[in-house]
Amino acid sequence: MSLLKTPTLPNDSRPGDNSIAAFDVERVREDFPILKREVYGRPLVYLDNGASAQKPRQVIDAMTRVMEESYSNVHRGVHRLSQEATDLFEGARERVAAFVNAGSPDEIIFTRGATEAINMLAACFASQVQPGDEIIISEMEHHSNIVPWQFLRDRSGIVLKAVPIDDDGNFDMDAYRGLLSPRTKLVAVTHISNALGSITPLKQIIQEAHAAGAQVMVDGCQALPHMRVDVRELDADYYAFSSHKMYGPTGIGALYGKKDLLNRLPPYQGGGDMIATVTLEKSTFKAAPHRFEAGTPAIIEAVGFGAAVDYLNSIGMNAIAAHEEGLLAYATRKLEAIEGLQIIGKAKEKAGIISFVLEGAHAHDIGTIVDRSGVALRAGHHCAQPVMDRFGLSATARVSFGLYNTPAEVDVLAEALQTVRDFFG
Amino acid sequence: MLDELRELYQEVILDHGKNPRNLRRIGDANHHAQGNNPMCGDTLSVYLLTNGQNLIEDVSFIGKGCAISMASASMMTEILKGKTVEEAETLFHGFHDLCTKDDADLSEAEATDADAVERLQVLSGVRTFPVRVKCATLAWHTMDAALKGDAEISTE
Repeated sequence: MSLLKTPTLPNDSRPGDNSIAAFDVERVREDFPILKREVYGRPLVYLDNGASAQKPRQVIDAMTRVMEESYSNVHRGVHRLSQEATDLFEGARERVAAFVNAGSPDEIIFTRGATEAINMLAACFASQVQPGDEIIISEMEHHSNIVPWQFLRDRSGIVLKAVPIDDDGNFDMDAYRGLLSPRTKLVAVTHISNALGSITPLKQIIQEAHAAGAQVMVDGCQALPHMRVDVRELDADYYAFSSHKMYGPTGIGALYGKKDLLNRLPPYQGGGDMIATVTLEKSTFKAAPHRFEAGTPAIIEAVGFGAAVDYLNSIGMNAIAAHEEGLLAYATRKLEAIEGLQIIGKAKEKAGIISFVLEGAHAHDIGTIVDRSGVALRAGHHCAQPVMDRFGLSATARVSFGLYNTPAEVDVLAEALQTVRDFFG
Repeated sequence: MLDELRELYQEVILDHGKNPRNLRRIGDANHHAQGNNPMCGDTLSVYLLTNGQNLIEDVSFIGKGCAISMASASMMTEILKGKTVEEAETLFHGFHDLCTKDDADLSEAEATDADAVERLQVLSGVRTFPVRVKCATLAWHTMDAALKGDAEISTE
């Protein structure tokens, strides 16, 4: 075992390029111990991947291994273990950087998750705005990509505007163009809506923002586990994501940022590891990413994050995307055949997420009833209340697919929804 | 599997859920509060009209939610009409215990209105569904807040 080897991906094996020819879902399921368990005596059908995804043995083992063999604090010790832990930690950063095709590992800041990544950017971005400047979000953002900008608005006197979506859940490009102006400093937009599955026309959004002189931050939480993302090809200025939705552990995520932009931002939190020098009067700070990583980081979680990225690469993002596309198509047909069921969100470009309502049955009641068939789905507003408001709903039921889901599981879901109809139909 | 679900979704609940009673706003209400369940985004407003003798002359609610929360609100309005504020509080505590404790002492609530406690038993199925307890108790918490003069409460 070569724990000290710094893992880097060769340039010619970017995510998605090494897809296995045939995606063997039963083989993949073997990697996830939890999929063997039962719920109320039924096999678990886990369809809540948009909230958090299950963990493969490879991630669990990598985290166990670092604790059993190499654990120590990072960037501090002169001893062997500290070197090993530091190499593993920074190795994880390199893997994550390669996964999104960042220009350098220095462009990956580890955070507690995507929420902290966006909050960090919003806090630091205060230095970049004047009262009257504008930030544009969209109507289908997760609360994590709304509230931090409201905080910034309330502190900095900026104006926050939201791009509407149409009845199918498509990002309204024309309205977006109407909102862009020389006052726009930042566009903060999701890559894939967690509530609707809509994939935003990101490349175009970014091009037009740049043409207007604005920067763009992307909430990539729902995209990275499901499709190949290349931040440089997109030309995103910032891209936030979290490990736990990518089959990695909780408690860690990242903010990608272009190096020169990151180094223009002031530090976020002060404390150990972000400083260059400290006197009682004055301190100086390191460059990104360390400038934004005060305190002892989530070392074990970072190792798990790196292992999750390796795992996704080993299967291939193109294979995963194709598998989930198949599931989406199958489930859409199957669910639409259920009387009284209406799918909310039918964007032209859509990921493996289906939000729906069932006549006469509230989402919560749906969730409780299908749970008894072993089906885990999400019921509620999905931390995207403005989306619910847009469709005049307080809640939907949502299934979100992961790489281990199968058409047979969709059948179990459909059958469980018939039970709901038996109660409420 | 179905037995427990049938216990939770008894006919009475499905009926109240589909046809909630007193689903309206009381124009001259002197107590009002809004209850929020942040987990699901449900909001529910409770209106009460009490007279000088602390008697609840009218009680109603407005809101949208799951079958459990609607049935609970609907039944609550039926039960509380004509009760005193003190009796409403006693029934609230009894109902809360009913939804959360296996060995709830309901003697005080039963002394207030034994028939009401018996009717409310249909909601006690939530005890086996802990995440649904908030759905069942939201209306009652909101009523309690309205009587105490709190404008807004949350079940978190």
